[in-house]
Amino acid sequence: MLRTWRQRITFSDIVVWAIGLAIAFMVIYGTIATLRLGKYTSATWLDLIITGLALGGIYALIALGYTLVYGILRMINFAHSEVFMAGPFTAAFLADALVKLGIWNRYPLLSLVLVLALAAAISSGIAFLLERIAYRPLRTAPRLVPLITAIGASFFLQYTFRGLYGSGLKGFPTLEVLKGYWTLGTIHILKTQAVVILGALAMMLILYGIVQYTKFGKAMRSVSEDKETAALMGIDVDRTISVTFILGGASAGVAGILYVILFPVAHFFMGFIPGIKAFTAAVLGGIGNVPGAFLGGLILGVLESVGPSLFLDGMGIPAPYQLKDVIAFIILVFILIFRPSGILGERMAQAKA
Amino acid sequence: MAVLVSNKVTKRFGGLEALAKIDLEVKEHAIHSIIGPNGAGKTTFFNCVTGFYTSEEGEIFLEKRNITGLSPDRVTRLGISRTYQNIRLFKNMTVVENILVGMHPHLKSGLIGGILHDPRTMREEVDAVEEAKRLLQFVGLKGKGDLMAKNLPYGQQRRLEIARALASKPKLLLLDEPTAGMNPSETQEMVHFIRQLRDELGITILLIEHQMRVVMSISELITVLDFGQKIAEGNPAEIQKNTRVIEAYLGRGAASGLGQAAATA
Amino acid sequence: MSTNTSALWKQAIRAGLIGGAIVMLLALVGVIGTFKDRDIISGWISMGHVLFLAPMLLFAYNAARHVESPSKAGILLVGAISGLMSALVTAILPLFGQVVNLRAMFANASPDLYKMLTFGQGIPLGVIILLLVGFVMGGLGASLLLLPIRLRKALSQAVVWVILAGLLRELIVVVISRWGIVAYLIRWMFAQNGLAPVGAIAIFVIIGALTFWQSGRKRPAPRDLPPQQKQKRTLVTLGGAGIILIILPLVLGVYFSEILDTVGLYILMGLGLNIVVGFAGLLDLGYVAFFAIGAYTVGILTSPELGLFHLTYWQALPFAVVVAVLAGVVLGLPVLKMRGDYLAIVTLGFGEIIRILALSDWLKPWLGGSQGIQQIAHPWIGSLEIRNQTQLYYLILVAIAIAGFIAWRLKDSHLGRSWMAVREDEDVAQAMGINLVTTKLLAFASGAFFAGLSGTIFATKLTAAYPHSFSLFVSINALCLIIIGGMGSIPGVVVGSLVLMGSPELLREFAEYRYLVYGALLVVMMLMKPEGLWPEARRRLELHEENELVPLEEPQPVLNDPGQ
Repeated sequence: MLRTWRQRITFSDIVVWAIGLAIAFMVIYGTIATLRLGKYTSATWLDLIITGLALGGIYALIALGYTLVYGILRMINFAHSEVFMAGPFTAAFLADALVKLGIWNRYPLLSLVLVLALAAAISSGIAFLLERIAYRPLRTAPRLVPLITAIGASFFLQYTFRGLYGSGLKGFPTLEVLKGYWTLGTIHILKTQAVVILGALAMMLILYGIVQYTKFGKAMRSVSEDKETAALMGIDVDRTISVTFILGGASAGVAGILYVILFPVAHFFMGFIPGIKAFTAAVLGGIGNVPGAFLGGLILGVLESVGPSLFLDGMGIPAPYQLKDVIAFIILVFILIFRPSGILGERMAQAKA
Repeated sequence: MAVLVSNKVTKRFGGLEALAKIDLEVKEHAIHSIIGPNGAGKTTFFNCVTGFYTSEEGEIFLEKRNITGLSPDRVTRLGISRTYQNIRLFKNMTVVENILVGMHPHLKSGLIGGILHDPRTMREEVDAVEEAKRLLQFVGLKGKGDLMAKNLPYGQQRRLEIARALASKPKLLLLDEPTAGMNPSETQEMVHFIRQLRDELGITILLIEHQMRVVMSISELITVLDFGQKIAEGNPAEIQKNTRVIEAYLGRGAASGLGQAAATA
Repeated sequence: MSTNTSALWKQAIRAGLIGGAIVMLLALVGVIGTFKDRDIISGWISMGHVLFLAPMLLFAYNAARHVESPSKAGILLVGAISGLMSALVTAILPLFGQVVNLRAMFANASPDLYKMLTFGQGIPLGVIILLLVGFVMGGLGASLLLLPIRLRKALSQAVVWVILAGLLRELIVVVISRWGIVAYLIRWMFAQNGLAPVGAIAIFVIIGALTFWQSGRKRPAPRDLPPQQKQKRTLVTLGGAGIILIILPLVLGVYFSEILDTVGLYILMGLGLNIVVGFAGLLDLGYVAFFAIGAYTVGILTSPELGLFHLTYWQALPFAVVVAVLAGVVLGLPVLKMRGDYLAIVTLGFGEIIRILALSDWLKPWLGGSQGIQQIAHPWIGSLEIRNQTQLYYLILVAIAIAGFIAWRLKDSHLGRSWMAVREDEDVAQAMGINLVTTKLLAFASGAFFAGLSGTIFATKLTAAYPHSFSLFVSINALCLIIIGGMGSIPGVVVGSLVLMGSPELLREFAEYRYLVYGALLVVMMLMKPEGLWPEARRRLELHEENELVPLEEPQPVLNDPGQ
């Protein structure tokens, strides 16, 4: 390791390291300053952490889609953020209908299940179509081409849904049953947050089970490892890839419903930022690695929630929450520079991200 | 005098030891071959020499200069050039452009020169294109300069890759399976050509080869690798009779039966 | 024979279903409805109708194309069936819409739309008419195959030009109104909305005849001309283009100068991004960052609002450009070792970070927060203040000329080749002795230079810099225009910018669906023509080579070439 450094370290490496260290230093400084200020009580911190976990659970489910597709096709499905958006945006109409029929609040569990099912179906449907129409023909193309296609598909889907459902904000009805808090001792947790955290955890377990223990999961993993060999072993590669997209899509659709439970508004652009953050989470945990996606999601969610108050407030930055997204981006850059394989990922051959 | 010396070079990938304490010396103006069964570590060795990989242990010297761990561009600028097993040309660039890129270490013009077209830059470009055309003629691709590299037939692509490698005026040329995919007459030509490179241009050549006919006919020294270890070294006659070598290729016990056949190859 | 026919049926039905689905999609997304009011042929056919009927026709054509049985009736039938299927699928909308209130979900599923889809006749008559129309359209589409090629080309060109003329009616009428005599000649072709039927027929006939005549002649392809003639040709073309460009705002008037300004700024940015993406293959999605930095630097240095500096535009310009270039290096450093996908997202992140920082309260004292910086100075040349669109146009034209020159020179230079080698195969490029760090940073810096320059002009044009102007969409616009124009191609950038940036300005309806079209175009381009609409000459050269056999060479003294 040392010999690599000695000979190959360039000026640019030094500069990058210097900037990285400076940022790390500022973060530590800010943290200490904030804690010393004593502005926040431990209850507030707990609140922030719980919010972070809820958000993180959502990121984790979306991240699964990115990580599965990357594992199997070695490409970033840029349009996954729209896969995420399609489910809840469509399901919002179903929810409206259920409200009109009086079912929504009378049978909340049934309503939730219906809405989840629709969202998962729509999202996976979009993901499936995406793969079939835009990605499959380009599997052997040089790497820039599918990337640009994905970007194009992303915008196309965004604006298609804008055209279909309108450019305005579509309110998602809230469930009476989920209004208010649950209290455990001194901890207050919003009912919605609790549902989201539990829902995300449940979904993660189910998905992990599918990937690890079912035949499909095994097929997915072998195609990720080595497409040709998997084909030689009799695995239908095309079908496996389709299933992968469908699974990632379903996960994103569920994430979408959880998202609108927390923030009851859907609109055509809602996938953009969560998409990038979920991608960051996938990379953070180790791209291609399913538990990594989950871990990355939770960590990112908490860091994003706690971060502005913890790191930035102490440095005297006004309105630190405005810079919330910056935190996520900086984490992304950091990981890709200093540890591209992520937390749980294996070292890739030449350490080139 | 040795052009290349590798001293106990070791390369590991995770738990796998792809190269184990390889000692090798390539003499000046020699044609030196590295052979061995698939997966023996031959290309890995090339990658260590060119700086694409950094060895875990050991050192590599180019004419007494320690080049261990240097980045590939530095290694090339110091005088080592290579071709690739699976031909890596710049497909969407023309034949001449491929060679001009190969000349990079000798072309000095940069951003400003490129924009202003000052006399020195223009002269450099003109000279470079002429040199490229000379190289094209040398490898037998005269007149094909403006074709897209990806449109050349296979054999010509191989020759273009060699021309590109020659463009940097290397002291040491690494050829990775230069006759792969060639029929016997093309192979003959390539053998002749490689000799010419050494005889006319004075380049030292280190090559990886699978075709025994080629190896035996042009090599002065042969190093045999198997599972990352050097198992034999010597001139063609010695290697052909070497039991360990025969076994490495054909399996244990083959030595006795085939010893005679190998000796008469 | 029976399996053959069933395969034909399947193909026809499949094509028809997809075509119909596309029509439904266009209808629900609202494109058909929006274009309903823009007549192509006044009183008869609107663009909405075109969008409604074209997919049926085109998919029928496509289905018929793949048919193996050469019988004319067979081909027509396949097309007609396909068209019928498309119509059937489309009919679902008004039929369903009768029973269910689709409007609650699909904002565009309005009675107006149904009326249009049923040709104003309602259910059931309208639906029957729709099915008939589909059948006929499909048959027409297939019948195109039966025409000789010259006629087919002539017909399609003529139709396209009629549609274009109808769409661009406003542009054409406004422009020619300024030129008395010419106006008189052309005015009669147009109606209040779209073309007059007479005009449509005239254009159809003229263009059709021209195309027919042209396709019959054999002219030498430009590339086959001897170099002297080629050079003369190029000079004449450039000279002519130059003259046109200089008198353009005078011909088009103020309204269009504004559009040209926007197009011009994007050409400038496109030239820069072309170096980063097209030459060096680095997909930078955060390009807007440099645009913003150029604009904000000029803002900070010239605006009296912040009270920090008070330079003139020309004094601030070099600073702004230098800062942008430095930013290019700084933002390029972290991404040097990253692969394409990651590079794209990280640079996107950088672009967003810059925008968020510009918007933040934290940096408000320097960057103006959400209000931005106002009162940015105009450039003065002597005693002339450059403030209106026309004057800006010339400033932009000069900037483009400089940028274009630089880009053109760099493309064939040693550095340009190094960039392309990096784009083709980074590892091998490095093995050639190319220092990846400096080469990539130079690409970023050059791209940033052009973006920064464009940003300064943008800032002075608006006399303000608002964070909302610097969103991801700017980067996406720039990316789209170079991809669709042709990656790495300089004329492609100009074409791309004109088409993609100009159209939303000229067609209000298009502006609504801008990114939908961009997205669709990107996908379609990548699937069908990844080299773009106006690829660099080398790409055309290579397409040319693929169609010829490489001629045999005489044996060479060194290596005999058996003419492989």
